[in-house]
Amino acid sequence: MSLVARHLEENGVPTVVMGSARDVVEECGVARFVFTDFPLGNPCGKPWDAEMQRAIVGMGLDMLERAWMARTTVQTPFLWGNDEWRDAFMRVDDSNREALAREGKERRHRQVEAKQERLRM
Amino acid sequence: MNQRRPYRSYVSYMDRSREYYAAQGYSQPYSWAHHDDVPFTPLRKPLSECRVGCVTTAGKMDAEAERQGRRKVRELYAMAANPAPARLFTADLFWDKGATHTDDVGSFLPLNHLAQYAAGGRIGSVSSRFYGVPTDYSQGKTSLRDAPKILEWCREDGVDAMLLSAL
Repeated sequence: MSLVARHLEENGVPTVVMGSARDVVEECGVARFVFTDFPLGNPCGKPWDAEMQRAIVGMGLDMLERAWMARTTVQTPFLWGNDEWRDAFMRVDDSNREALAREGKERRHRQVEAKQERLRM
Repeated sequence: MNQRRPYRSYVSYMDRSREYYAAQGYSQPYSWAHHDDVPFTPLRKPLSECRVGCVTTAGKMDAEAERQGRRKVRELYAMAANPAPARLFTADLFWDKGATHTDDVGSFLPLNHLAQYAAGGRIGSVSSRFYGVPTDYSQGKTSLRDAPKILEWCREDGVDAMLLSAL
């Protein structure tokens, strides 16, 4: 998504990226970024919270008018309500290490089989 | 509330995904896009006269694919923005399915809110179409195939500024 925004900017279209993966967007480098520190999935506000969503979109519009240089990031003031999701997402620890290794092995096996199937067709 | 923390608060998805896929036995980590230079285009006219468009990473609904539980084909698309779609396909995307949901399209694609801002005169209008871009493992495909097409649609629709929301 950030790559698309960069292409639009390079061709004269001002953009605002709205998202929750701060490191990914900022490493890529975009003109304007509205960051909401939520679990991935709701970059425009909590589901069914129209007031919050409208406020976040409004901050994006403000940036179009007010940002004067690239890499302008604004963090919205909203909090998710708990922090459990931060550690839970893609967690790797002793409780799931073996299961993850097994899943990866099985997936690679399936991919090899699918590739062989395609070659046979 | 004033607090002290020995680590940054926001999640680093680059770190997290690298460690996760390493635990699954993938030895070669994904290389994320990085640029030192960043293009910037200022707004050329008052926002109240601008037509604003939206880009999403969510896909069009495919009832058949969903019913069969198979992966939907990822494709680039442009779709009518009014009325805003009641649902979009997100099951194949990378987002936190344990903590939240995407049943409310307004939480990731702000078409209805933009329409309200247009009605109130904050922006000129909302583009008649919004645009869907698949998140692709290949940065080359995104830059060389998808981004130019979005720009083309953007010009066809007279879009002056774009909001891009990534799940």
